[in-house]
Amino acid sequence: MSDGKKARGPRGVVTINPELCKGCGFCIEFCPSGVLAFSDTFNDKGYHTPKAVKPEACTGCDLCGAYCPDFAIFGMLKEKVVA
Amino acid sequence: MKADPKGVLTGAHFLDGDHACCEGALSAGCRFVAGYPITPSTEVVERIAARFPSVGGMFIQMEDEIASSIAIQGAVWGGAKAMTVTSGPGLSLMMEHVGLAAMLETPCVFVDVQRSGPSTGLPTMPAQGDMMQARWGSHGDYEIIALCPNSPQECYDLTIAAFNLAEEYRVPVMLMMDECVGHMTEKVIIPRAEEIEVTPRRYTTQKPGKYLPYQAGRNEIPLMVKAGDGYLFHVTGLTHDERGYPAMNAEAHDRCVRHLVEKIRNNARRIIRIEETDTADAEVVVVSYGITSRVAGKAIQMARADGLKVGHLRLITAWPFPEKRLRTLAAHVKAFVLPELNFGQMFLELQRVIEGKASCYPVPHAGGTVHEPEAIYQRILYAARHSRPKDKKEVAR
Amino acid sequence: MSRVNPVNQYLRMDRMPHIWCSGCGLGTTVNCFIRAIENCGYPREQIAIVSGIGCTGRVAGYLKLDSFHTTHGRPIPFATGLKLANPELKVVVISGDGDLFAIGGNHFIHAARRNMDLTVVCVNNFTYGMTGGQLTPTTPIDAISSTSPYGNFEEPFNLPFLAESAGAVYVARWTTYHVKQAARSIREAIQKNGLSFVEIISPCPTLYGRRNKLGDGLAMMKAFKENSAIVNGADTREVGLDFKGKIVCGKFIDREKPSFLDMYHTTMAERFGPFYEPYEGVQ
Repeated sequence: MSDGKKARGPRGVVTINPELCKGCGFCIEFCPSGVLAFSDTFNDKGYHTPKAVKPEACTGCDLCGAYCPDFAIFGMLKEKVVA
Repeated sequence: MKADPKGVLTGAHFLDGDHACCEGALSAGCRFVAGYPITPSTEVVERIAARFPSVGGMFIQMEDEIASSIAIQGAVWGGAKAMTVTSGPGLSLMMEHVGLAAMLETPCVFVDVQRSGPSTGLPTMPAQGDMMQARWGSHGDYEIIALCPNSPQECYDLTIAAFNLAEEYRVPVMLMMDECVGHMTEKVIIPRAEEIEVTPRRYTTQKPGKYLPYQAGRNEIPLMVKAGDGYLFHVTGLTHDERGYPAMNAEAHDRCVRHLVEKIRNNARRIIRIEETDTADAEVVVVSYGITSRVAGKAIQMARADGLKVGHLRLITAWPFPEKRLRTLAAHVKAFVLPELNFGQMFLELQRVIEGKASCYPVPHAGGTVHEPEAIYQRILYAARHSRPKDKKEVAR
Repeated sequence: MSRVNPVNQYLRMDRMPHIWCSGCGLGTTVNCFIRAIENCGYPREQIAIVSGIGCTGRVAGYLKLDSFHTTHGRPIPFATGLKLANPELKVVVISGDGDLFAIGGNHFIHAARRNMDLTVVCVNNFTYGMTGGQLTPTTPIDAISSTSPYGNFEEPFNLPFLAESAGAVYVARWTTYHVKQAARSIREAIQKNGLSFVEIISPCPTLYGRRNKLGDGLAMMKAFKENSAIVNGADTREVGLDFKGKIVCGKFIDREKPSFLDMYHTTMAERFGPFYEPYEGVQ
């Protein structure tokens, strides 16, 4: 992005349900845009859950959702999100 | 409701028990059979294979009895009335799935045309050696219903009864035929369809979302459902709760299993069928079932000709066992004689319920052929001579 | 949080979280399956799931479809009865390698031989996970399991080869890394008439992975990515698996053969002529 141009927001948004997460790390590894990383916090079961460290890079591809064995995360296109 | 005329071969026929059983299934509305050839039951499925295509039924010869015994359950949950047919060795293989049917409460019929065992035994000759297996063969606690025809006519009639009882109580029902009854040819009358009562599958009328697969319905029996109707239900052989979901704790297990057992025990009075002849003033009562009852009838005739007061109690349902009636008879009957083509299976039940209040005499037989009337007659004489007289005080206790 | 995961409508959320371990590929397989049925052309009410016993067997209990958790090794004959009673149903068997190919092996080959219209999804983690990690007919040579503590020496099945030989009309293999392809194959398998077989290689980090020093679920998934090669149309004789070796994935077989019911119709129509009322399920 060069100076003067308006910044475009991310195309996608990732939603995380930390209480379902078992900390397997699939989403973090297989996100093609590097959006996710392990957080320092724990959920009730003691797992480190992911958090969006680069939310602006999210394309809403939902590969995180496709890989997640625990249905704890999913990505959506921003325009598809119902407020 | 009345039978579907499409399957009813109305008329007077000359059929053997195996063939009559096939016709009974058709009259009852059975439209799915999965089976595997095994002597002496094979004729049942052979006739089914020939008859089914023209009545809209589906027969498949599966790769083994294990597959047959669960294919019928898949068919039931897809909406069919279903039956499988086998003999002793096949019934042994099917046992896990008898338990599955009991646990899922799948209404279905298992026909066992008993042959001499154990193991390969005498494939072409009769016995009644599977009676206890029918009741206790699978692991865990559950109850089944077992019927014992003693003629080709009864093979027809009791197959219909088996299907009706299966629907009524959502339970696997065993039709305990034997090689003799299966292979003997007698007159079989098949009535008009409108004269045949068949029990329809009791489907739920609740909406999806409200329906729970194992919620007690009428008479404690849950209402059925089938795949494809939008209920999106789940059933499992694991101990389960009303929702059909696995429930892995002792309380749920007690509820689950207690229901399987009590639904039959609490309805025993309505399920049990027995045929009594001359028992009211009998000193000796012969208890018998299946083909042996035909021989016993002759033996009783011989004993009565000697002036003995002998009655006959024939088990049409072997399970549940008619405990109450036998205990009542024990008040005035001196002795019970139980001939069977095994070394004492239903005899154990008899002894158990009589509790010493009368003498009990078995007439065991390994099978291979049927009893000689003489053997049963001699036992009746022995029983009459040797049983102690009724002690009124003891009986009242 | 107001946003709801779109897959939740296909799951029994009242039973979440599920029992599968962290890093187990079963949840991922369920995700693939849900994506497969979302646009497969059949309404949800028409799809029935039958499973056997084992970790994979538990899939039936978590999917919000008409589902049946049956006995060990026997989902295929149950599914056969279900399908024949109501041919409108699309019946999918989802079970594990031990359930389907050890105790259930006979039923698989006969269903394939008959070309019964069923979809069989085998989640192959090379172990009996639920019972603690014993060997199965797919465990590779040299792998350690609880019943082969000195290393397995039995030749494993090559499942795609077995499926093709037995008569399956659709045979594909993917790993849980190949989420898009697996979902597509499952969809194609459901849509296909006849016996369709999809093998999904999946990590069992707790047992197979740990005993064989393959790392956690993520390490096993990365190994699937590194070691797999997609060869659509490969000769199934060549796709056997070695311990820690290359995994050939792809759609191997997609052929046309009349199904059991097709043959039934043909035969009965020939014999009965105009008197044959086509069988459309038990009425």
